[in-house]
Amino acid sequence: MARLTLLVNGKSHAVDVAPETPLLWVLRDTLGLTGTKFGCGIAQCGACTVLLDGDAVRSCQTSAKEAAGRRITTIEGLSEGGDHPLQKAWRAEEVPQCGYCQSGQIMSAASLLAKKPHPTDADIDEAMSGILCRCGTYNRIRRAIKAASEGRS
Amino acid sequence: MTAIHKAGRREFLKLTAGGGAGLWLAFHLPARARAAEPAALEPDAYLRIDPSGEVTVFLAKSEMGQGTYTGMAVLVAEELEADWKRVRVVQADADPKRFGQMSTGGSRSVRQFFDPLRKTGATAREMLIAAAARKWGVDRAACRAELGAVVHPPSGRKLGYGELAAAAAREEVPRDPPLKARTDWRLVGTKVPRLDTPDKIRGRARFGIDVRVPGLRFAVVARPPVVGGKVARYDAAKAKAVPGVRHVVEVPSGVAVVADSTWAAMQGREALGAAFEGGPNGALDSAGLAKLLAEAKVEAPARSEGDVEKALAASKKRLEAVYELPLLAHATMEPMNCTAQVSAGSAELWAPTQAPTWAQSEVARALGIDEGRVKVHVTFLGGGFGRRAIPDFPVEAALVSKAAGEPVQVVWTREDDMRHDRYRPAGRNELWAGLDEKGKLLAWHHRVRTPSVGKQLFGSAARSGGHPDVLEGAIGFPYGAGAVRIEAAMPEVGLNFGWWRSVYSSQNAFPEECFIDELAAAAGKDPLAFRLDHLPAASRLRGALQLAADRAGWGKPLPAGRGRGIACHSSFGSHVAEVAEVSVEKGRPRVHRVVAAVDLGVALNPDSVEHQVEGAIVFGLSAALRGEITLAKGAVVQGNFDDYEPLRMDEMPAVEVHLVPSDEAPGGIGEPGLPPIAPAVANALFAATGKRIRRLPIGKV
Repeated sequence: MARLTLLVNGKSHAVDVAPETPLLWVLRDTLGLTGTKFGCGIAQCGACTVLLDGDAVRSCQTSAKEAAGRRITTIEGLSEGGDHPLQKAWRAEEVPQCGYCQSGQIMSAASLLAKKPHPTDADIDEAMSGILCRCGTYNRIRRAIKAASEGRS
Repeated sequence: MTAIHKAGRREFLKLTAGGGAGLWLAFHLPARARAAEPAALEPDAYLRIDPSGEVTVFLAKSEMGQGTYTGMAVLVAEELEADWKRVRVVQADADPKRFGQMSTGGSRSVRQFFDPLRKTGATAREMLIAAAARKWGVDRAACRAELGAVVHPPSGRKLGYGELAAAAAREEVPRDPPLKARTDWRLVGTKVPRLDTPDKIRGRARFGIDVRVPGLRFAVVARPPVVGGKVARYDAAKAKAVPGVRHVVEVPSGVAVVADSTWAAMQGREALGAAFEGGPNGALDSAGLAKLLAEAKVEAPARSEGDVEKALAASKKRLEAVYELPLLAHATMEPMNCTAQVSAGSAELWAPTQAPTWAQSEVARALGIDEGRVKVHVTFLGGGFGRRAIPDFPVEAALVSKAAGEPVQVVWTREDDMRHDRYRPAGRNELWAGLDEKGKLLAWHHRVRTPSVGKQLFGSAARSGGHPDVLEGAIGFPYGAGAVRIEAAMPEVGLNFGWWRSVYSSQNAFPEECFIDELAAAAGKDPLAFRLDHLPAASRLRGALQLAADRAGWGKPLPAGRGRGIACHSSFGSHVAEVAEVSVEKGRPRVHRVVAAVDLGVALNPDSVEHQVEGAIVFGLSAALRGEITLAKGAVVQGNFDDYEPLRMDEMPAVEVHLVPSDEAPGGIGEPGLPPIAPAVANALFAATGKRIRRLPIGKV
C-alpha cells in the first residue's frame, strides 16, 4: 500500500491503496465516485473513460500511481450543474437508454471537442468507436456531438 | 440453473405468456387498508397524491433503457390531468402483496399497463373533482381537472390537487372512470423528455454496481467453467495474503473472495488458484452441440394444415434448406452484480433485476427464511435483454453475504458474465417449401431444432397457446400456403439457457424470412411483391412492408456493389418490416442503411419507440454480423469484448424508423425491431452478391 494524492475534479484526495490499483477502482470503491463505470477491465469498452490532464484515458488501464499528481476529471466533475454543452445536447437528443455507457461516451466526446471543436464524421468515428453501447445509441451520440460542436445545445 | 424452484413455474408462465389474464387480475390491489383520516389520496398501489401536491407514481417495472420509468408515469399523469412538473417516480421494492408478480420482459410493460394505469389516473381525477364539487357545493359536471387542479369555470374557483387530496381520499372510488378521447391526450403520443436522462448524463443514476451501504465489502466468485462442475482445490491463505482481502467463503456457485475493494477481491481470486473438476458436459463442444440439435426427436406438429407431403409432391418447384444459429451471450454493459446484506433471519438486497419478486422468493428459499423477510430494492439496470430476469446473481450475493457475515456486493467480471450467462440457445432449422407454376406457395414446412428455455427453467416448454416456446415466431407463419406444418425438436443440453431480447422470434424469423426470399427468387418474383402476394389482406405486416419499401426507395437503382434486402415479422403484438442496404468491404458485410417501418398501434412516446427500434436493430446487427459463443470441453470460449465484440460507432448504419399511423391498442416495442434485421441483411447480401447466407453469424462473405 502507498499513500497517493489524487486530484479529482479539482479536489485533492489522499488515498492509501496499492499503487498498481487501477484508477477505476480507486474512484469507485475508495472515493465513491461511481459515475465512472466498469465494463470490461481490458480497455475494450470505454465505459471507464475519464480525463487525465484533459486526455481521454481508460481508467481500468491507468494505475493510481500514474494518475497521482495529474488532473483527473470524471463525469461528476465535467460541469457544475450538468450544463456542459455536451450534456445539454445529450438531453436534447434524448441519447441514453440504459445509460450505463454514457459517462464514458460523454467524457470521450468532451476530450474530442476540446481538441477538435468542429469534428468531422471521421473524427467522431475515431474518437468514439472505442466506447461500446449495447443499447445502440450511436446515431444519437453523433447528432449530439455535432449539435454541441455547432453551438446548438 | 438448478436452484430455481420448479413450483415457481405457474406464476412465471403467467408472466411469460405475453400479457395474459393473470396479470390483469393482480392489478387493482388496494394500496393498503384505508386510514380513517387519510392525508393523501392513494386510489391504488401505483399512485399517491400528497397534501403538498406532489404526485408520486410507484414503478413496478424495471428501467433497463426502454423508458418505462417515464412511460408508466405518463400514463397515470395523462388521465390525472397532473402537472407533469409535479410528478415523480419511485421505484417499487419487490412487493407481491401490492403489485402481484413483478417482472419486466416480453415487451410487455405498455401492453400490460396502458389501460390500468390510465384508469388509476382517471380514478384519482374523478375523486378529486368530486371532492372539489362537494367543497364548493356545485354540480360536479360544472367542474373539470386541469394541470394539477380542479377548476369551476362559472365561478372561477380553483383548488390544487394537494389541497384536495385528503378530502378526495374520502370520496367514493368510481368503478369505471371515463378515459379521455385520444384527441384530448396531452402527454400520451408525444415526446415527453425522459425523467432518468438528467441523472444518466451526470453519472448520478444508481445502477446495481453503484450501490454503497455502510460497511460494504466487495466480492468476486471463482466459478467452475463447466456447468455442474465442483471445486477441486484452492488456497485460501494465498488469497487472504492479498492486502484488503477479508474472507474466502464457499458458496454453491463457487468460491467467493470478499475484500475491501473490487480490485482487491479480483487480486485475491487470482491468488486463490481455484481449480474445478467434473460437470456432466465436460466433453461438449460446438460440434457436439450441433449433433444434439440435428439428432433430437421431432415432436408432433404444433401447427398442421393440409397435407404437406402431398402438396410438396404436387409442387412445380421444391426447395429445401437448413438454417443455423449460434449460441449468444447477452453482454449487458453493466455486468451482473448484486448487493446483499444478510443477517439473522432476514435479508436486504439491492439488485439490478428484471424480476424482483422472483429474486425475492429464490433468495428466501436459498436462505431458508420467509419471503416476507427478504427486502429487494430495484436499481437502474445497465441493460437487461432478458439476462437479468434470472435470479442466479441475487441468490449468489445473498449466500456470499450470509457466509461472510457482512454486507457484500458481488461483482461479476466481464469474463464471469460472458462465461456464466444464460445463453440464447443455438438452433438448427430445416425447411421445405413448394411453388406452383405461377409461383404461388403450395407448401411450407418448418422444423425448429433448439433447446426449450421453458423446459429447462420450469419443466415445460408449453406456452399459453399450447405450442412450445421454441416455436414463437414460427407458429404464426403469416403467409398463405396450401399446406403448412410447423414442428419442434427440443434437445436437452447441459448448458444454461435463457431469454435473449426477442427470444425465439428472432431465431425463427431468420430462417423464415430468408427462405421466403429464396422462394421469391425461385418464383422469379420481386421479394416485396412475393410477400405482398402471399400476405392476407388484413395482415398488418402489409402496411409495414409497404411503408418500409416506400421510404427505402425499394426498386430504385443503387450504387454498384450494393444490395437491398427486405424482411418482416410480427412479434410481441407489433408488426415490423425492415429494408437493409449492404455491400461487402474487405470480405465483410457493411450495412449502410436500415429503414424500418413499425405498426405497433398507438405509440405512447414515438421518440422512445424510434429509439427502441433503432436499439433493437443494433443489437440484432451485432449478433448477425459476428455474435457467436462457442464451446470447448464444456466451457464457453469467449470471455470479453475482444472476442465477442458488439457493433461499434464506425460500423453504425444510418437508421430510419417510420411508424404506421394506427389507433390499435399498443403493441410491445423493446423487442419487435430485432427479428427482421438479420434476414434483411442476409437477403441484401444475396442481392449484392448472389450468395445465400444460411448460417449466423455472417462473418466473412
